[in-house]
Amino acid sequence: MRLRIEITRRPGIADPEAVTVTRALRELGFDMVVAVGMGRFLLIDVDEADPEAARAAADRMCRQLLANPVLEDYSIEVVAEEVAG
Amino acid sequence: MNIAVVVFPGSNCEHDVVHALRGVGSNPKLVWHRDDDLSAFDAAVLPGGFAHGDYLRVGAIARFSPVMAEIEAMAAAGKPVLGICNGLQILCEAGLLPGALVGNRDLSFICRFVHVKVESTKSSLTAAATKGRVLRIPLNSYQGSYTAQADVLAEVEANGQVILRYCGPDGTVDDNNNPNGSANGIAGVSNAAGNVVGLMPHPERASEPILGSTDGKVLLESFVSALAEA
Repeated sequence: MRLRIEITRRPGIADPEAVTVTRALRELGFDMVVAVGMGRFLLIDVDEADPEAARAAADRMCRQLLANPVLEDYSIEVVAEEVAG
Repeated sequence: MNIAVVVFPGSNCEHDVVHALRGVGSNPKLVWHRDDDLSAFDAAVLPGGFAHGDYLRVGAIARFSPVMAEIEAMAAAGKPVLGICNGLQILCEAGLLPGALVGNRDLSFICRFVHVKVESTKSSLTAAATKGRVLRIPLNSYQGSYTAQADVLAEVEANGQVILRYCGPDGTVDDNNNPNGSANGIAGVSNAAGNVVGLMPHPERASEPILGSTDGKVLLESFVSALAEA
């Protein structure tokens, strides 16, 4: 199984990098850009056949290490095929 | 008065901290982050640097170093625990202090003297200081902006856990005198009991006249006398 984990800044936590990217995109003429959210993306290959067990493990990984609940939200996707990393 | 100064891979302020703590009459000793017995120590300091390269998030990996179980036990036992800069970030990640540190508002690394105001003397870091006193201490960080969820921030303020706040030379607290965009200008916090403390600026770098300021000394003196009382 492969875990695809997306970690993003919680709403209300300032992200000056994302503000700078927003401004840069608008300066390039992308006037439709209203806001940018930035974060971290992890691909984790696990030796686990049961998708639910894999998801539960991913949730524990996020809570214990990968995300800081003060700053970040996370979402988990479990995909069946394992792609060479 | 034995103080453990914890060295993580990537710590870089440990010798300064040891030197400054000796200067205020304590007996500091460097301990490696893999040490799992700090029973010989009355207090602990997590110095500045880039523990474990700050990989993933500042302090995220360091909080799982074996020594941290001992630090948690010391904190729970009421012993003084101090985190300076990266040390504060680690204590926040470990949940021993509220909140977290994120990138500076202006996305610049800040390395200069700043002013902080003593907001509470009910902590191991500020007990010997006077409330309202303005201290001139160097700041040296990129991930130095303090933040917390709104309810946590309100609680920290209400409990008097904000011990130091960025200010101007005259003590003015406002946005212009907030170097990194920290929530409510918070430069230093304590836990509810006041024994666990952390700050972004470096008191050890303002502990002798040759360094340009001795204002950090009162904080280290507080910490060492908290030790005598603990």
